[in-house]
Amino acid sequence: MARQEKKKDVVIVGLGWTGSIAGIELAQEGLDIVALERGEDQSVVPTFKYPNQIDELKYGVRNTNFQHPSRQTVTVRRNEGENALPYRVLGSFLPGNGVGGAGTHWNGLNWRPQPVELQLRSHVRDHWGEQIIPDDMVLQDYPVTYDEMEPFFTRFEKVAGISGYAGNLKGEIREGGNPFEGWRSEDYPMPPMKTTYDASLFAEAAKKAGCHPFPAPAGIASQAYTNPYGMQMGPCNYCGFCERYGCYQYSKSMPQTATLDALKAYPNFSYRTGAEVLRVEMAEDGKTATGVTYFDHAAQEEVFQPADIVILSSYQLNNVHLMLLSGIGQPYNAVTGEGVTGKNYAYQMNGGITLFFKDKNFNPFVGHGANGQAIDDYSISQIDFGAEGFIGGAYWRAGTFNGQPIRSMPLPKGTPTWGAGWKEGIGEWYGHAMSIGSHGSHMSYKTNHLDLDPTYKDPHGRPLMRMTFNWNQNDLRMNQFQKRMMEPIAEMMGADSWQAGFKDVGAQYDVRPYQTTHNTGGHIMSDSPTTGAVNKFSQAWDKHNVFCMGAGNFVQNTQYNPTGMVGGLAYHTVHAIRTQYLSNPRPLV
Amino acid sequence: MTDLPGIPSRRNFLKASAASVALVGVAAQAKAQGNAPAVAPLDQYQPEFLNADEWAFVMAATARLIPSEGNGPGAIEARVPVFIDLQLAGSYGTADMWYMEGPHDPTASADRGWQTPLNPAELYRQAIPAFDAWCESTQGAKFAELDADKQDAALTALQKGEPKLAPELSIFFTTLLANTKEGYFADPMYGGNHGMASWVYLGFPGARAAFREWPERHNIKYPLGPVSIKGERA
Repeated sequence: MARQEKKKDVVIVGLGWTGSIAGIELAQEGLDIVALERGEDQSVVPTFKYPNQIDELKYGVRNTNFQHPSRQTVTVRRNEGENALPYRVLGSFLPGNGVGGAGTHWNGLNWRPQPVELQLRSHVRDHWGEQIIPDDMVLQDYPVTYDEMEPFFTRFEKVAGISGYAGNLKGEIREGGNPFEGWRSEDYPMPPMKTTYDASLFAEAAKKAGCHPFPAPAGIASQAYTNPYGMQMGPCNYCGFCERYGCYQYSKSMPQTATLDALKAYPNFSYRTGAEVLRVEMAEDGKTATGVTYFDHAAQEEVFQPADIVILSSYQLNNVHLMLLSGIGQPYNAVTGEGVTGKNYAYQMNGGITLFFKDKNFNPFVGHGANGQAIDDYSISQIDFGAEGFIGGAYWRAGTFNGQPIRSMPLPKGTPTWGAGWKEGIGEWYGHAMSIGSHGSHMSYKTNHLDLDPTYKDPHGRPLMRMTFNWNQNDLRMNQFQKRMMEPIAEMMGADSWQAGFKDVGAQYDVRPYQTTHNTGGHIMSDSPTTGAVNKFSQAWDKHNVFCMGAGNFVQNTQYNPTGMVGGLAYHTVHAIRTQYLSNPRPLV
Repeated sequence: MTDLPGIPSRRNFLKASAASVALVGVAAQAKAQGNAPAVAPLDQYQPEFLNADEWAFVMAATARLIPSEGNGPGAIEARVPVFIDLQLAGSYGTADMWYMEGPHDPTASADRGWQTPLNPAELYRQAIPAFDAWCESTQGAKFAELDADKQDAALTALQKGEPKLAPELSIFFTTLLANTKEGYFADPMYGGNHGMASWVYLGFPGARAAFREWPERHNIKYPLGPVSIKGERA
């Protein structure tokens, strides 16, 4: 029989970005809160301290900072007919683990969605008619609008400490910013980061082509910064160890630099590590949760933690897994299209061009994860979907982000992969290559979804979650459009050679190469209990004291990196809990 | 003041001291410049995981994957075989962080990821004799005993899957090549990249990790050599 802990007002499952935001905002209400974190405790010192963290093999290649598949993973199949096989070794995506979660090892690319991305079905219907929506696409509006979300995006950007230059300040379009972004009530908390050589060459070519380059918004401090919680960041020194690493010098936006120490100062907040939540427990009437059961790794036993409110704030895949295991929302059935939990799993459609210049030095190790100049000229709001034959868009960016040689060794096509020719190639081209990336949207489809695997089990005997996912022709056509638009701009840049890498129609999902850790959907927000698992306040439709945070809420994925919207939605949710739910716990919609 | 033959003078003493300081300085600098701590020559290295046949194979194969000829160090100068031995002896070799529960389908297409039931240590242990047997039957000798051209041809065949090894071993070449490059480029504390020679060859500054004044120095090559995590310089 499970040990039982003292009842809390709130139990938080997973102490990363959204869990720590929920913790600090609800701690301000005086609630008694405990956060349960599956992984280890992590602080800048000692966890990420210099020089230990500057270790490409341990962290960049052996993936030590992430969720270890031996502890938790998924199975993957490309379609209903394929046998799902375990994702045994991390490759395509890198879920987080430990205090700070994936917020410790992201690149810092902090974007807001475009206003039309949140009302995409309406946007398509109003401009081209619903007949252009492919049969297999599940296109929905978000139940929130950009205008409703704007104060919460701003709040997250202030807390996280984002550097950038507003292109649309209260409706005024400003030269040098992104003219296609949604309006901002305030400029970025910090001025933009510096522009490296590769980014300046791209920006020059893009401008000549009539595009509108701007500095990429960065969760990286361009100067000393103190956030609204009194947390401090120091200016970045462009060491290039962002993605896959914790930042050793307090420059990257992480829960460690933005929320955690302020949160730990609340006497009504506590957290336990090595506390792996196995399931959410339900009241007999099935309408509310009573708390969670977790495995205490130190004591090697199950523990029941009762609570009035349960906040699921673990990584998207783990949130959906817990919901499927606990009976939160009816599981989605891809054959009938009924059910909600596991529905609309989506990802990201990316491509790019690499350019080689014999006579230019890019010092590729100088940079940061969100470095560079970007354009939004081929973004969702700028494309005639009816004429082009797809729904979607992308932003492009050029900027050095790491020159770590095990993983970052672009070589011209035709260079041998080993032997004397390879060795000559790396000597000739290291430091002389740059790239332009296209980071594209990914729609939701009836065929891409999450459920429980019938065969494979985790160390606790629970079924692994099964991902059914493949690239869809719509997004591949979008990707090929980006290629056609990018090639002439690359050609203008005068490289000795360049090569494009964009998945084409017919491409199959390959779990091996890193793509993005932008796994979205599975517990999407909706305006009705039959179309999604949670309402606009991330509140489970069928269990009103369970709130499910994170990218699982995404109806379809946007063309941007998800963290800015994840943070905005977290503030939107906790605001509703504070102002509407605590005084009268009930379904808020 | 004249120095008298045979009699130490203050001036000579100072000269001698300066010379000693200079010599000490050279020695210190040489050490600081990456004459990495003395290590056993590869032929005297005592492997922790690999047996004698496996060691001979890894020495020979990595020497062709990154040969010593031409500019830059080869895998042998970089002590890549030591790196591979130590990795296979450790948590990578035993796949501690990976999900290794069955059932396994080693016949699955490569894009499904690692599906062999073998961990990396078992993979090397089983694949090396299987590949050596193929070399013996087609080339008349084990891989390590072939000449360089025949070794290159055999590795090319292995990369293309021509030896038709068991499905459990089909990922061997990919793994061997990845491990070889890891050992060539990783921090020297893992046993390879000896003297940070591959970083010097590329112009990668290793663990310096501080470039605040560099983003706007456009098209100027960064001038400083690498440092390692343990503080060696080259």
